[in-house]
Amino acid sequence: MIKVDNLVKAFGPKLAVNGVSFTVERGEVLGFLGPNGAGKSTTMRMITGFIPPTAGQVTVGGFDILEKPIPAKRLIGYLPENAPAYADMTVYGFLNFAAELRGLRGEEKRQAVHRAVDMCFLEAVIHQSVDTLSKGYRHRTCFAQSVLHNPPILIMDEPTDGLDPNQKHEVRTLIRRMGEKKAIVFSTHILEEVDAACTRAIIIDRGQIVANGTPRELRQRSEYAGAVAVRVQGVAGSVVTQKLRELSTVRRSAVVSEEAGSVVVRAFPQPNPRNGELEHSVYDLAVREHWRLLELRTEEGRLDEVFRSITLPDTARGNKEVAS
Amino acid sequence: MSTHTEVISPGGGTASSAVGAHTNAVHNILTIGKRELAAYFSSPLAYVFIVIFLLLSGFFTFNVGGFFERGEASLAAFFVWHPWLYLFLVPAVGMRLWSEERRLGTIELLLTMPVTAWQTIVGKFAASWLFLGIALALTFPLVFTVNHLGDPDLGMVFCGYLGSLLMAGAYLAVSCFTSAMTRSQVVSFIVSVVICLFLILAGWPPVTKELGWAPAWMLDLVSSFSVMPHFESFQRGVIDSRDLAFFLSVIAFSLFTTGVIIRSHRAG
Repeated sequence: MIKVDNLVKAFGPKLAVNGVSFTVERGEVLGFLGPNGAGKSTTMRMITGFIPPTAGQVTVGGFDILEKPIPAKRLIGYLPENAPAYADMTVYGFLNFAAELRGLRGEEKRQAVHRAVDMCFLEAVIHQSVDTLSKGYRHRTCFAQSVLHNPPILIMDEPTDGLDPNQKHEVRTLIRRMGEKKAIVFSTHILEEVDAACTRAIIIDRGQIVANGTPRELRQRSEYAGAVAVRVQGVAGSVVTQKLRELSTVRRSAVVSEEAGSVVVRAFPQPNPRNGELEHSVYDLAVREHWRLLELRTEEGRLDEVFRSITLPDTARGNKEVAS
Repeated sequence: MSTHTEVISPGGGTASSAVGAHTNAVHNILTIGKRELAAYFSSPLAYVFIVIFLLLSGFFTFNVGGFFERGEASLAAFFVWHPWLYLFLVPAVGMRLWSEERRLGTIELLLTMPVTAWQTIVGKFAASWLFLGIALALTFPLVFTVNHLGDPDLGMVFCGYLGSLLMAGAYLAVSCFTSAMTRSQVVSFIVSVVICLFLILAGWPPVTKELGWAPAWMLDLVSSFSVMPHFESFQRGVIDSRDLAFFLSVIAFSLFTTGVIIRSHRAG
């Protein structure tokens, strides 16, 4: 549905977006991650036809956004950053206005507005003017505008920004549900949203894509991916660490925490471990040593750590946890 | 519902035949214009503007212009002030047209809707012009007054109003253009006042005298930008196609420039 090909945007000498390419199909929810100023919003603005790219091509539902902007824009629902809305209009007036521009008339329009109001829980404020709304309601009003015409493509720039935790949860659930039938791209800083809503994630840094994969694939790029953490009672952390390190399957190990009576130690696998090899050897060790094993868990890897290791300059890396 | 999905489905672009596209354009312009007009009346701006416009035009007509002392049944004492009244009032109406959209970020919503840039420009301009027309129409008691006191040439009155409306449109188009340049309404206001002042003064002797060194064709060029001779011929009760063409081309040119600006730096 969305095809982005080698997109470049230069603001003066600065390249805000530098050679970004990806595609999104129906049924996919693409999470767009990246530090502030990485080029997320700029990319979305080019996809939606708000700003023209310096180079490259965007095709939406088969229509080139520059050459056939109107049919392309019909397919898109867009929630811009900061959820702008006309301050002087009521929620109802604003949604009606958007529906009219979307080409909805009469009964069809009434139903569309009604559905969007229901979906975004705006019933309580429907006749209130936008400038009297709280941030959460204003955000949802703009969100409602983007889904009004039931578009096959949704582009959302930080859809959960400024919402409270309950609202964030609602929006994520909504995105995941709509993602079954639509092609969705949304940007976020919140990594848990990637797990909660995305089928695929792209990490963009300084205008370039630095990672592209399912949340699971991205997590596996973490150095924690595949590590085994054990919680053991009644043994000193240094002893556990030492014994683990002697295993041939373990590259290194480190104490994670040491509290009264119990210690958590993490063992990192050798490169390219066989499936279950590390877990089995750690378990066997615990049995041999008569450790009181309270927990043994294989880690999936952590997105925040992957994110940080990819998007931080080299010098700032690796000072988070000093391995022993 | 079925027509709706047909329109949005890819490849279903056949739904927009030439006629459909045409009515669509009109519909979009009307929708945008209606919203813009409603925006005026939902803020104090409209009422403040109308009250000030009526008060000032009344004050200048009767107290300064000597409406009664003239002893003639005409609205000359009323219209003569319009270029100066509009100089400040019209940019005040036009300054928010695009600056506000930029400041609120709604420009991003508007231009990612399936509407063309010129539809939004025309819709917004038409709404503000209509608003100015409403304010101007509210001066109708003057027509009754002059009709009651004497026997005015109604054709001349009509021409005066038409000229006034066209001049307001020209100023408004200039404000529309300056508004598109900046997100600051103040900057937009000041720049459009200066440009409108130039349009008033271009043919004025002190200005042309200053250009005494310039060749005659350049003097003519500069003074031909002046709205005054065109407006004055309307006041005399003459509708000359050249005067019409002047105002309409100022409007068309300014709106065209607005379009270029909107397209060129939408992100700003």
